Amino acid sequence: MTSMASTAPAARLSATGVVKRYGPVLALDGVTFEAYPGQVSVLVGDNGAGKSTLVKILSGSVRPDAGQFAFDGRPVRLGSPHDATALGIATVYQDLALCENLDVTANLFLGRELLAAPLAGPLRRLREPEMFRMARDTLDSLSVRLPSLRTPVGALSGGQRQAVAVSRAVLWGSQVVILDEPTAALAVQQTGQVLRLIKTLASRGLAVVVISHSLPDVFAVADKIWVLRLGTNAAVFDRATASSQEVVSAMTGGATLPEEGSL
Amino acid sequence: MSGARTRTRPSGGENSRPDDPATEPSARLNWSRKLVRTEAGSAAVLGGLAVIWIFFEVQNSNFLTARNLTNLVLQTAVTAILGMGVVLVMVAGEIDLSLGSATGASAAVLGVLLTSQHWPAGLAITVTLLFGLLLGLVQGIVTTQIGVPSFIVTLGGFLAFAGVQLALIGGAGQIAIASPAVIAIANDYLAPGVAWALAAAVIAGLAAAEATRHRAWSRVGAGDGSWWPAVARVAAWAGVLIAVTAILNSYFGVPYLLVGVLALSLGLSWATRRTGFGRHLYAVGGNAEAARRAGISVGAVKVTVLAASGLLAALAAIVSASRLYSVDASTGGGTLLLEAIAAAVIGGTSLFGGHGRIYNALLGALVIDSVENGLDLIGQSASTKNIATGIILVLAVSLDALSRRRARQRQ
Repeated sequence: MTSMASTAPAARLSATGVVKRYGPVLALDGVTFEAYPGQVSVLVGDNGAGKSTLVKILSGSVRPDAGQFAFDGRPVRLGSPHDATALGIATVYQDLALCENLDVTANLFLGRELLAAPLAGPLRRLREPEMFRMARDTLDSLSVRLPSLRTPVGALSGGQRQAVAVSRAVLWGSQVVILDEPTAALAVQQTGQVLRLIKTLASRGLAVVVISHSLPDVFAVADKIWVLRLGTNAAVFDRATASSQEVVSAMTGGATLPEEGSL
Repeated sequence: MSGARTRTRPSGGENSRPDDPATEPSARLNWSRKLVRTEAGSAAVLGGLAVIWIFFEVQNSNFLTARNLTNLVLQTAVTAILGMGVVLVMVAGEIDLSLGSATGASAAVLGVLLTSQHWPAGLAITVTLLFGLLLGLVQGIVTTQIGVPSFIVTLGGFLAFAGVQLALIGGAGQIAIASPAVIAIANDYLAPGVAWALAAAVIAGLAAAEATRHRAWSRVGAGDGSWWPAVARVAAWAGVLIAVTAILNSYFGVPYLLVGVLALSLGLSWATRRTGFGRHLYAVGGNAEAARRAGISVGAVKVTVLAASGLLAALAAIVSASRLYSVDASTGGGTLLLEAIAAAVIGGTSLFGGHGRIYNALLGALVIDSVENGLDLIGQSASTKNIATGIILVLAVSLDALSRRRARQRQ
């Protein structure tokens, strides 16, 4: 277990003292979180620990009751999804938000299609070849393999869809990519592909935030492991020095280790 | 999804293994396979149409004459125009049950303006189109802003607009249309030379458009650079246009109405397949929540298609009034609405949104009106026509569902 060293490079995104109440329930009670460029920061915690609430606050879709946020050291507001998007924070939720009837390129450019200049308004022509080229270059740079960019997303595997959703964030120049349970619904082989993609994102200098329940996945990709428990920071680990027993202990309260040695 | 008619979904899963070394990230397109995949559904409908035509030609050798085919083209226009409205609305994942009544009410407005108010034809037509647009706009706003399902809103519209139609037509029961300009719409023909020149211009335009697209795609390194799919498409359209022009020219000529319906379908196809609006339309029909999160205004898209549907109903009303020289309480009634929906669905439009093409409506309308026309020709009653149309609708969708299930089992 390491303390949060002040000598570390500046966090791309940092949150301190985050409080969120839902009526009488204190979902987050002064939580701190940091995501560094080029690193994978994994959020773990038991059900109700506050992971989802924290991610929703970071993506701007839930307003915190208190808390300071900074982007590259500069204080920022995260009042709406638009604020987060403008800062380059992209969130890939579990449902991926893809249109299965549209092809890969159309999904990558959904809502931000490249349109030809003449005429005005929504009836402008799609610049399909240009979008195809940009989509292909982005996917190539992430080593994402797909049968064809003209394939409707509905015909892709779960891992490939996850890759499309992540590539969308990269294509639009996001600085921080938040992935909510990216491997939850995937088979073993596809999980491996998604974990490789997560590492690729970090190696490109993005700050990657992953929520996960799966300790093997956490240890496969994490640089830092942030443990939340009952809406507070339970611990922060460096992957290199942490053991899964320590992480589980922090998640569950630490006093006793259930089924010691079974992990 | 088993009932959804998805035209674009690949039937083979041979390319979907992620670790297959043959699947390059730079996605080489297999043009021929893609062509076969997307055209298969239309080919089935065309095959069905060929069977229907041969059947009726065997029954009555007047079926495939220039005169009857001219008649068929004119007969199909109203169903095709309304069918295009159905495609637009169904791709967005909505339904418009008011199309028939909106056609009737718009026709009544046109009749009253022309006959009782003695308005000039151009003004009366413009106001009729605006009236239809308004009907659709109101239904679209109620659907999206209040959140009442379009099924209910347009069911209400279906009843209310029929009432408006009755009130406008009043005791007279029928309004005769005498305006030469309105009558000309469905009853005038291009001179043979003009028809040939127009066909040549359209073929040249298609060839130029295909060449431009091919060059643009080749520049970004997509596809194998093969010209043959583009050549095949242009050749197929050229063949159809030349045959149609030749046949129709051997009778009265190419009807203005056919030119108008084809131009409309070309324009709507372009708007739905090649523009930002079209992309958003399919996105909203495919996954409205994903579209909303991507910043697309789902409500605006739905209001637009429902308003367009109303506008197309008014257009169908004008065509109907022109063809029949009159407007009455039955205009837009009967099975017209259901035939328009059937046309879209037979052509391959999904009831669940996100799938369907404008030309589906043309093909489907041609199937339905060929059956009606043929049964008329061999002296069958309305009861036989309804039974036959119903069976063909269910048969077409069943065949599609069966072929889709077989494709899935092969994977």
